[in-house]
Amino acid sequence: MNDCATLWGNDMSDVKHHLTDALLMSYGAGTLREGYGLVVATHVSLCDDCRARLESFEAIGGSLMDDVNSIELSEDALDATMALIDAAPAFQTRKIEADRVLPGPVQDYVGGDLKDVRWRAVGGGVRQAVLKTKDETKVRLFSIPGGTAMPNHGHRGLELTLVLQGAFRDEEDRFGLGDVEVATEHTHHTPVAEEGEDCICLAVTDAPLRFKGLIPRIAQPFLGI
Amino acid sequence: MLTAIANTEQVDQAGAIRRLRRIRSSKNETRVDMKEKAAANDNWIALIEKVRDAKDRAAFAALFQHFAPRVKAFLMKSGAVESLAEECTQDVMATLWTKAHLFDPSRASASTWVFTIARNKKIDALRKMRRPEPEDLTWGPTDEPDAADVMSLRQESAKLSAAIAKLPEKQRELIERAYFGDLSHSEIAEVTGLPLGTIKSRIRLALERLRHAMG
Repeated sequence: MNDCATLWGNDMSDVKHHLTDALLMSYGAGTLREGYGLVVATHVSLCDDCRARLESFEAIGGSLMDDVNSIELSEDALDATMALIDAAPAFQTRKIEADRVLPGPVQDYVGGDLKDVRWRAVGGGVRQAVLKTKDETKVRLFSIPGGTAMPNHGHRGLELTLVLQGAFRDEEDRFGLGDVEVATEHTHHTPVAEEGEDCICLAVTDAPLRFKGLIPRIAQPFLGI
Repeated sequence: MLTAIANTEQVDQAGAIRRLRRIRSSKNETRVDMKEKAAANDNWIALIEKVRDAKDRAAFAALFQHFAPRVKAFLMKSGAVESLAEECTQDVMATLWTKAHLFDPSRASASTWVFTIARNKKIDALRKMRRPEPEDLTWGPTDEPDAADVMSLRQESAKLSAAIAKLPEKQRELIERAYFGDLSHSEIAEVTGLPLGTIKSRIRLALERLRHAMG
């Protein structure tokens, strides 16, 4: 780690699981759905490699816009724009608390840091908080005590899970701070939080999770997962 | 018989030379085009700096004249009716003024930066969803982007534009659909043949220098 290690978004050489090209390209194009966009924005805040990849996808957009057949504006458009500029409030930088656990994009949704999250117990020491989106993607924060397993589940759509604290393992791999797990309907897995501090994850789906056991299935509508 | 073969070879050779000349001249055209694009980008960067440092209205008017009609076209291609596109374009250009200090020419060309502002406006006005944004990496008060980074990024951006211009029609169309709006992320296949690797490593380098400056 370099001397910037205390900064968020530092050279996170530990990030092993990155975003896919398709996710970065649709975020860059502005077509990605909200919940997935939150995962992209958060991961990019933690990973310079993916930030550079995203910015190269944005360069494609810049090139395309450069070569588009331009459409003239109305005659008074420049004056109207100058009037907008004169009336605009001074630019404000986004305020992000120092010593935080949650990266800026997640803080925007929580309205604060980890201490401000309004958790609900979902059993086995696991807690979750639903973060509201304006579209059909479903965003949750999970807090899983070290050593605890999440219920075995499959997916109907795409599920992205981003680790914000601690780590978890499933049958295939280990996911630590900043890592993104991309799961599709073909993935059936049982993530287990690593021993140690609680594992905090941001999880986004576009369809309800599919649990294998009967009890989680009955509880599902009540838990909202 | 032998002569005939020799003749054919000569003809082939002549053809090959013609083909080579054609390729060379198209390469030259691309090179000229790339030079022009890079030079234009230098000009836009200088104008954005004037807006940032001196609130220069003439510089802004020149930027407006170039970028506003392109932003409007982009928004209309993305599904905005003309009146909405006009209104949003004015907002986009006003944002260019208020955020001029955030433009980093070692990480984006002027066109790319304007595109990201227009894209954000498209999401806000057309899609009406919240727009999660990464944390900014802003310059400290005294830091200026490294001139060598700015130079290499300008070259890579020009190369990328040239590569996009030369794509087969079908592939180009697909990329346009991805950026102007109706391809879902699962429909986006890998983008092959575009020199994204080099542009990415240039941006990566600029980010490293920025981190170093901030640390």
